[in-house]
Amino acid sequence: MAGKTLYDKLWDQHVVKTREDGTALIYIDRQLLHEVTSPQAFEGLRIAGRKPWRLDANLATPDHNVPTTVLERKSGIEGIQDPVSRIQVKTLDDNCDHFGINEFKMADKRQGIVHVVGPEQGATLPGMTVVCGDSHTATHGAFAALAHGIGTSEVEHVLATQCLIQRKMKNLLIKVDGELGKGITGKDVVLHVIGVIGTAGGNGCAMEFGGSAIRSMSMEGRMTMCNMAIEAGARVGMVAFDEITAEYVKGRPFAPKADQWEQAVAAWSDLKSDDDAEFDKVVEIRAEDIKPQVTWGTSPEMVTTVDGTVPTLEDAEDDVERSGFTRAYEYMGLKPGQKITDIKLDRVFIGSCTNSRIEDLRAAAEVAKGRKVADSLIQALVVPGSGLVKAQAEEEGLDKVFEEAGFEWREPGCSMCLAMNADKLGSGEHCASTSNRNFEGRQGYGGRTHLVSPAMAAAAAIAGHFVDVREF
Amino acid sequence: MKAFTVHQGVVAPMDRANIDTDMIIPKQFLKSIKRSGFGPNLFDELRYLDEGQPDADNSGRPLNPDFVLNQPRYAGASVLLARENFGCGSSREHAPWALEDFGFRAIIAPSYADIFYNNSFKNGLLPIVLDEETVDRLFKETEANEGYQLTVDLENQKVVTPSGEEIAFEVDDFRRHCLLNGLDDIGLTLQDADEIKAYEEKRRASSPWLFA
Ligand code: SF4
Repeated sequence: MAGKTLYDKLWDQHVVKTREDGTALIYIDRQLLHEVTSPQAFEGLRIAGRKPWRLDANLATPDHNVPTTVLERKSGIEGIQDPVSRIQVKTLDDNCDHFGINEFKMADKRQGIVHVVGPEQGATLPGMTVVCGDSHTATHGAFAALAHGIGTSEVEHVLATQCLIQRKMKNLLIKVDGELGKGITGKDVVLHVIGVIGTAGGNGCAMEFGGSAIRSMSMEGRMTMCNMAIEAGARVGMVAFDEITAEYVKGRPFAPKADQWEQAVAAWSDLKSDDDAEFDKVVEIRAEDIKPQVTWGTSPEMVTTVDGTVPTLEDAEDDVERSGFTRAYEYMGLKPGQKITDIKLDRVFIGSCTNSRIEDLRAAAEVAKGRKVADSLIQALVVPGSGLVKAQAEEEGLDKVFEEAGFEWREPGCSMCLAMNADKLGSGEHCASTSNRNFEGRQGYGGRTHLVSPAMAAAAAIAGHFVDVREF
Repeated sequence: MKAFTVHQGVVAPMDRANIDTDMIIPKQFLKSIKRSGFGPNLFDELRYLDEGQPDADNSGRPLNPDFVLNQPRYAGASVLLARENFGCGSSREHAPWALEDFGFRAIIAPSYADIFYNNSFKNGLLPIVLDEETVDRLFKETEANEGYQLTVDLENQKVVTPSGEEIAFEVDDFRRHCLLNGLDDIGLTLQDADEIKAYEEKRRASSPWLFA
């Protein structure tokens, strides 16, 4: 019999019960909550007179709606200008207080983007099932956890039962072997992968990232990759457990303590696909082939290399893609064949659950150090992923590096990733962004997003247009 | 979820096909952080003469006197009679939330949009399918008799008219079981509570660090 994949193992470990119709009741070890997708779930509990099944499995923090300027943050929730945002943030506080759920409120140093906070606290651990009412929950799979985004009804279901009704997915392995070039990060690798397999490439699959390039990648890089698994159509992204995982987890507030640590590591050491495991699909990628990536269009698969050009209609595979290209040229204000380095930028955004961890900020600061943001830019924002990332960066003096270069240094939150707060693109503006979605209007009505790595974003901010960070 | 066994109530006739979810609850109300409280804005654009706003007070708004739910003879209606393809359009669960919040417990129509049909069962609202001819007859009887009431008996799968006529209807066993017992997905999963607890104990023993 063939061995098991990492996904098979995680699945088997969490099946409470299999039903006749092929669905299974899966036990959930951790639920993360934020203000946007939880209110109706809590309301549902209240109406039905139910209580959360297990309080200690939940952790909440507001992120999508929170303002990121010191000024707006200063007066707390009451200071949030947009009334709808204010109510949503306040509602999360009220719900968590009412039900007794552990929440890092807006003023708490530990507040931040759920997908940054979970791992940072050790609230995401290897071998766990992790859910959140947010599609980028795939991030947590970097810890050899089974993590996926869920809808509001399911948030309520997990709150009430600690379980989720699921069907098993297929196994997909993305194998990246070799050594990544200088300046190439997890972001470039995952954008390259999406370019190769497309935004539907992972549909119905749990996607494991393996191969020597992944094995030598930091946890931050792995999280960035798993974060964007969903952009390749996979609800789940995963990386096997190893020394690097253990090193990252050790000593974090929610991590196993002294006597339990050894026991936990022993249990986790099997969290990898067996050598003879069978995947439904394997995609092999050579690390050496990957260059710095820049998206040119309105879908993450519309991606090319920094030394490349906007594709022409001849490059499209079929009519569907051709009409997609045509719409994207129009929306993005780009011409086929135009050089990527000729795209002028109006704003730069370094942040989001994809790239707002300390390593991301360090990479961007290294590029920004001693340089100045181009005068042609309207704004260059750096938004740390959590209060603790912010504090760490400040301790290392990164805030000064950014501010001296002309970047704005902000308070933690989702910010311009989806523009639910005041940080937005104006119509027609081009933005180099370290976030994960370049959909029409994602960063503001009519805004034009180009997805890149943190170092590429910083270099673009200095130059005022895209430049190859390897030559910068 | 409220259990549904037998329900008797006043019938309100909405003589219109293809009532979509936008009509049932317009988009501006989806910003709400709640799952309840949509009743006052049910059929907002048909019911009032001005544009509704979320969180606004609806009491002073001008009512459309022609709209069926504004007519005194249908006050307190809890059974909605409609034409084919009821609930088409978006997947918003706000549509059954609004109908239920207003006070409806059952709908009778010749057909429904799939998603709406599903969502209704999840929210304690029973969508009954009767053939077009029967629905047409019920429309006539409702309009001819003020205070016309129907009895919906889910247990025995029949609608009973004031004259005692019994009209049988079909409903999938599993859904019927859930609704009769007031079980939503959560309720169902909670039937396995012992198994969940047993699993949890095993997990606590093997991975104690997962439990605070
Ligand atoms: S940073 Fe962006 S993608 Fe991540 S959780 Fe926030 S809004 Fe979603």
